[in-house]
Amino acid sequence: MKINKESNVYTVVYAAVLVVVVGFALALVYQALRPAQLENIANDTKKQILAAALIYPTADQTIGSLYESHIKESFCVDSKGDVVEGAKAFDVNMANEVKKPADERVLPVFVCSTDKGVKYIVPVSGAGLWGPIWGYIAMNADGKTIFGAYFGHQGETPGLGAEIERPAFSGQFEGKPIFGSNGDFESVLVVKKGQEPAGRAYVNAVSGGTITSQGVQKMLFTSLEPYTAFFKKLEKESSNKE
Amino acid sequence: MIMGNIRKRLEPLINPLSNDNPVIVQILGICSALAVTAKLQPAVVMTISVLAVLALSNVIISLMRNTIPTSIRIIVQLVVVAALVVVVDQVLKAWNYEVSKQLSVFIGLIITNCIIMGRLEAFALNNTPFDSFLDGVGNALGYGIILVIVAFFRELFGSGTLWGFQVIPQALYDMGYQNNGMMILPPMALITVACIIWFHNRKAK
Repeated sequence: MKINKESNVYTVVYAAVLVVVVGFALALVYQALRPAQLENIANDTKKQILAAALIYPTADQTIGSLYESHIKESFCVDSKGDVVEGAKAFDVNMANEVKKPADERVLPVFVCSTDKGVKYIVPVSGAGLWGPIWGYIAMNADGKTIFGAYFGHQGETPGLGAEIERPAFSGQFEGKPIFGSNGDFESVLVVKKGQEPAGRAYVNAVSGGTITSQGVQKMLFTSLEPYTAFFKKLEKESSNKE
Repeated sequence: MIMGNIRKRLEPLINPLSNDNPVIVQILGICSALAVTAKLQPAVVMTISVLAVLALSNVIISLMRNTIPTSIRIIVQLVVVAALVVVVDQVLKAWNYEVSKQLSVFIGLIITNCIIMGRLEAFALNNTPFDSFLDGVGNALGYGIILVIVAFFRELFGSGTLWGFQVIPQALYDMGYQNNGMMILPPMALITVACIIWFHNRKAK
């Protein structure tokens, strides 16, 4: 039997069969690879959290075990600094939380034990020039100064805005206070060289990455501010111990 | 005589490398050549991804060539290419998450790479699967060579590194040498490609 390849019936059936076959194949691939992808994403998050506390995996360490050995405890707090029961810190999506009003947010805290004492790591999330930027900030146990920072981005310009993920940028945050001399929350400014503000904590912006740098500054302020009560509690606890 | 035959068989593989290069002779696939060539590593991963997609889609379309209705042939090609690209994207996410993060949307954009549609339409629809395979590999390599050359110069002068390792000695920076920020921006990729075309044309004359 000779099939007419140009007939409408043939064309429609051909398209339908092709789409079903391809759809089925893609579903299979997705199902097969999904577990590995989820693990990668979780490991990547763990790596970022540890990077904020300046802990980097060496070649023979797996992220999973390194994370287990350092992050002993994680919990969520609200804007009053009280622990929220039943929320898993690792599963909270900070990008969604920053969209809510400050007093409705669930704020994750990761308690990290390092060689230099206990650090409290909190996530931050905001917008850069082309897309989302995010990061993790490790606070010293006194809740006043930053111990380390990690920043990530989705698609900032390579060599310009993308430089925020480099230690050359994030390393500047070490030791910066986030509260002013009168105890108010002031965050850390990200400013161009030559425009350093007097009396406030700042780091140098990435040259050529102005909008991304401003995004980092805004992200730090809006994401860290609701933690103020929690950080104040830390401060009180640490001064009680002394 | 035999040598001549082999040469003839391999023509689809060898021609696109220089004489009929998709990027610098046919001026196809320029957009992705700009996007992924700021660093060497993404350029190489992109080349491998395009190689996989182009070789496989060429073979698949060539196998299907006698059954495809002419009126929807472009759609059929697109479906095959899109499916392969999604597979490549998923595999990268599962096995090399770091690099897939770097390449982000550009893997998805392989679908719109003119080289791929061009080869399917111009070659795979009229040739045997084996020849189509050679043609796919040849064109992907021809594309890759240009990508790697452009990325080499852009990373070297733009970031002072190659494959992420610093190659320009610190001493030079201390003497006042600075990375050329312009090299990282897309326009310099165009200019670098243009220089390659220039040299290539000179040689061909």
